Amino acid sequence: MGKPELKELRINRDWCKGCGICVHFCPKEVLDLDQEDKAVPVKPDQCICCMMCEMRCPDLAIDVILK
Amino acid sequence: MAVKDYIRKRFFPHIWCPGCGHGIVLNNLLRAIEKLKLKKNEIVMTSGIGCSSRISGYVDFHTLHTIHGRALCFATGVKMNRPELKLIVPMGDGDALAIGGNHFIHAARRNIDITAIIMNNRIYGMTGGQFSPLSGYGTKGTTAPFMNIDHGFDVVELSKAAGATFVARTSTYHVKQMVDILADAIDHKGFSVVEIMSQCPTYFGRKNKLGGATDMMTFYKDHTTPVGSKEKKANPELIERGIFVHEDLPEYCNEYDKVIEMAKASLK
Repeated sequence: MGKPELKELRINRDWCKGCGICVHFCPKEVLDLDQEDKAVPVKPDQCICCMMCEMRCPDLAIDVILK
Repeated sequence: MAVKDYIRKRFFPHIWCPGCGHGIVLNNLLRAIEKLKLKKNEIVMTSGIGCSSRISGYVDFHTLHTIHGRALCFATGVKMNRPELKLIVPMGDGDALAIGGNHFIHAARRNIDITAIIMNNRIYGMTGGQFSPLSGYGTKGTTAPFMNIDHGFDVVELSKAAGATFVARTSTYHVKQMVDILADAIDHKGFSVVEIMSQCPTYFGRKNKLGGATDMMTFYKDHTTPVGSKEKKANPELIERGIFVHEDLPEYCNEYDKVIEMAKASLK
């Protein structure tokens, strides 16, 4: 099995409350908050698919979809 | 089954504040259930009152949103009637140990097969930030603006003394450990207690100047250590996390079945 590869980092903007937990704990600074305080993947190519953002999201708003 | 198949999507986004640890508990409880490959129909969740207890509304299992502190009593009733079902009882620290403190210790003493999850945010969030039995000495709340002089319970020691046969502690920072511990707790045949340290940035964090949700989770990272580690000896202030008790003792429903058999035999 090779390393998992990211297909899509899907954020549910209706559920995201902009707490910033995913942004803060991402080891590769993949995510950031936009002007509406919603999480957005700004560097998806850096994602190592550790799944920590998906698991730590209190709002169940993140899906890390693998290839 | 994907995690989101276990929730009632129509109630989302949920009512919890931005950064509330309770959402992280919900997230990883669903992962633990997915890991055990349980069907929705096999699970009953009962909860009491409080921010934490709102969790039962969001999961698509059999759910009972009951009265303050009495979630374990309703769970006991369901379990006695339908012992084949898995009972999961998420409670807040006040719901479990103040209002429902007596029910908690007696459920533990009986070793009935129920998984009690204590979502410990150290405060009554829903009613406005009053101090709870887990706030601890020296903390602040809206009802202790200068200083709380009550000492907090140690959930692990209390559960051990009360007779729980599975006792564990983790935090919302340690999500992989949370999934593993919750899966073990649900799988355990007997009374399981899992304390999950869960941040309340809105009240406990603000009143005690602990920063936001990420600061409070970083505190869990920096101020906890695996159970039995050397770090704890060097720095007794660290909070231990992991599985403290995991033992097999006679389970209450099984024992009750034996009494029924004895009663039937006595009539022959």
